[in-house]
Amino acid sequence: MKFTIPEEALKTIQTRALAVLIGFALGAILILATGNNPITAYVSLFNGIFGSVYSITETLVKTIPLLLAGLGMAIAFRCKVINIGGEGQIYMGALGATFLALTFGGAPAIVLFPLSLVGGFLGGGVWAAIPGILKAKIKVNEILTSMMMNFVAILFVSYLITGSGPMHDPLSLGWATSPPISSSIRLPILLPRSRLHAGLFIAILSVFIVYALLEKTTLGYEIKAVGTNPEAARVSGINVTRAVIISMLLSGGFAGLAGMVEVFGVQYRLVGGFSVNYGYTAIMVALLGKLNPLGTTLSALLFGALIVGADTMARQTGVAIFIAYTLQGLIVITAVAFEHLKRQDLAPLISWIKKKRGNKSG
Amino acid sequence: MKIPQTVDKLRKKITKTVFRKEEKPEQDLNPIKKMELGSPVIKMEQITKRFPGVLANDHIDFEVRKGEIHALLGENGAGKTTLMNVLYGLYQPDEGNIFIGGERVELKSPLDAIKLGIGMVHQHFMLISVFTVAENVALGLKLSEIFLNVDRIKEEIDELSSRYGLKVDPRTKIWQLSVGEQQRVEIIKALSQGADLLILDEPTSVLTPQEVKELFTTLRSMTDQGLSIIFITHKLDEVLSISDRITVLRNGKVVSVVETSKTNKKELARMMVGRTVLFELSKPPLNKGNVILKVDDLWALSDKGLNALRSVSFDVCEGEILGIAGVAGNGQSELIEVITGLRKATRGKVFINGRDMTNHSPKEIIEQKVTYIPEDRVTEGLILDFTVADNLILKNFSSHPFSNRGLLNDKEVKRFADELISEFDVKTPSAYTPTKNLSGGNLQKLLLARELSQTPHLLIAAQPTKGLDVGASEYIRKKLIEQRGKGTAILLVSEDLDELLALSDRVAVMYEGEVTGLIERKKVSIEEIGLMMTGAKKM
Repeated sequence: MKFTIPEEALKTIQTRALAVLIGFALGAILILATGNNPITAYVSLFNGIFGSVYSITETLVKTIPLLLAGLGMAIAFRCKVINIGGEGQIYMGALGATFLALTFGGAPAIVLFPLSLVGGFLGGGVWAAIPGILKAKIKVNEILTSMMMNFVAILFVSYLITGSGPMHDPLSLGWATSPPISSSIRLPILLPRSRLHAGLFIAILSVFIVYALLEKTTLGYEIKAVGTNPEAARVSGINVTRAVIISMLLSGGFAGLAGMVEVFGVQYRLVGGFSVNYGYTAIMVALLGKLNPLGTTLSALLFGALIVGADTMARQTGVAIFIAYTLQGLIVITAVAFEHLKRQDLAPLISWIKKKRGNKSG
Repeated sequence: MKIPQTVDKLRKKITKTVFRKEEKPEQDLNPIKKMELGSPVIKMEQITKRFPGVLANDHIDFEVRKGEIHALLGENGAGKTTLMNVLYGLYQPDEGNIFIGGERVELKSPLDAIKLGIGMVHQHFMLISVFTVAENVALGLKLSEIFLNVDRIKEEIDELSSRYGLKVDPRTKIWQLSVGEQQRVEIIKALSQGADLLILDEPTSVLTPQEVKELFTTLRSMTDQGLSIIFITHKLDEVLSISDRITVLRNGKVVSVVETSKTNKKELARMMVGRTVLFELSKPPLNKGNVILKVDDLWALSDKGLNALRSVSFDVCEGEILGIAGVAGNGQSELIEVITGLRKATRGKVFINGRDMTNHSPKEIIEQKVTYIPEDRVTEGLILDFTVADNLILKNFSSHPFSNRGLLNDKEVKRFADELISEFDVKTPSAYTPTKNLSGGNLQKLLLARELSQTPHLLIAAQPTKGLDVGASEYIRKKLIEQRGKGTAILLVSEDLDELLALSDRVAVMYEGEVTGLIERKKVSIEEIGLMMTGAKKM
């Protein structure tokens, strides 16, 4: 299947860019409301993102799990399966990978690393497959099940790594954490004096894999068919149940990889709270990215940059950091609101602008 | 429950101050009311409307006189609905003028049209099924009240009901009503908004023959009382029976405007399609081969758990068309679903090509070279968001040569798609056009192209020409006969008895899940089939 008509993609990027701008404008109003100067705030936000090599690498560090989990969400949403369980799947993926890494710690890296990858993918995948099976077989609403399973996953991991839990690190002086994974399988740092790790390659590779999956394979065709018209898919012989379950499995799999990559690249151990709502943010990333791999990449970068920039902004101007998350939400709301924007809807606005311009020069 | 007096007084006071309006909505003496019978209530001059890639209305002149039923006739895609959407204010014309009641108007939205006395009943109803009739009618009224006074609306509905013979109980909920009754609610809605000109878009496509008769009686009583009606349709028989004048559109242009009494079916068809249309089908003699489909003592349950099929048995041979006659809802849909694997048979067997395919998956049955034209072609047969090419491989994308070990072969898919597009003359800019951009007629062709391209052993066609215009129907019937000539066994289910009898070699009649008749077409008369359809006779 060929790449989508470039004209449509261009239009989408334009609309999305407009939405980002308006999101920022709305955010400025909020910043004003908290008694701060939006211009200085945004300038420091900008500097926070591009100000140094370190900050750029930090953006990438944040982007990696958002991109992986975002790709996962995109797969499920393409099948119209609404996976809200990204967060739990991230945790279970991290758990699966860490568990295998610790259990077989003595094995050589060349065996242990792929094993950990599989553990990460399966951890998240199986966790997502459960709500998938419930939806496919007995029509249980996947929004509820996947979301509930987030709590189960996070609390389960929490149990495992706290003081009395079976995966607690006895040498950790009471902190809720697992023992560290062996240094042979940690993702190497790509740039000295930064936190940017080789998980970046895994993320980039995943973009291509997901693209190929959706566009070039029969499985991708089935997933998309079931997502756009399940009735016609069924009549044409596609196994709808299978498609739903597999799409959830893959979705949780990539989310699980995000968890694995965070542990193996940043923390080197399974700690509580290692995922700062990446699973939920990934949903917005996928939606803003129009559920395709390229869009997801761009919006993951955007959201990652926002978090990093807002951190600097918070320190320099006193604007609270959760403005970043507010901005994320505002951008998504505006983007979705503009989803069906047509040229004729903008016509009155354009003619008003033209009139204003005319008044100025005339 | 009646609102207590004090509360009602308080309500009126609040309404007055908050909305600064009088309770009674203004009855604009719209210009149409003032006109005399026979004079033009609306005039559309040189209306032109363009959409990306298509000129939907090309300098159309259209006029409706007071008290007449004016039919707007044309094939799907001729521009009828677009023209009426312009009149109703849903679209703004690129060129041209609209005159209502003799005055030039600009309609920026349906609100403007409604204010001027134009009402529209769309093909797909816009009713809220969990609300009552009165509540739905209230939706259409611009009421500026805090508490909804449904009683007053009920009175108005009763008044309109009796005036025009539109029997409906204001207190019933929409989902409890039949389709014909729902349509009446839509009409009452339009009338309660003060409509003097009613636009009806394909109103009979959802009605039974009995309901069509009732609708026509209602329309006549409306025009007797001075209303004017525009009737959009592609059904020639109805146009001839109900309208006073007919405007024929083709490809966005007006072909002609005629008095109904002075024209006939053949002439209208020729104007609609641009060439002589054959209503008689020439069928080559029957050349029967082996049994392809055999259904034996088949039983199945409906969605409600009752027996939809009772001991159904018949067979269909190569090169023959078996037509299933019967009023909708007597088991035909369930029969097709069982044969295609979409529904479980509780008893009995289905043999395809000699193999027992009872309760096998749809995929396995498709692999037996069984193809299926569903009644709801677009919803069940096509995925509008997919490209044309992807829709063409919907049934066999997982087999050679379109894919190999799970990977799609884009080149083969494109080659196949291009071949079919040209062979079946599907009008599309490319094989990668999103299917939703295609016109209705081309969607049909696309579906047919896919189902017929595989030289099926068994073709199942459910209501293949339902909702289609003369030209498209003719095309599909020709294709079915062609396929029959190539040796395909065809199972045809059709409510169009004329079509069924013209196409079928043998006829099976279904009534309440049973086959009440299984006989050669030549050996049975229409009357006997009619009797079998009501269960009064068995052959």
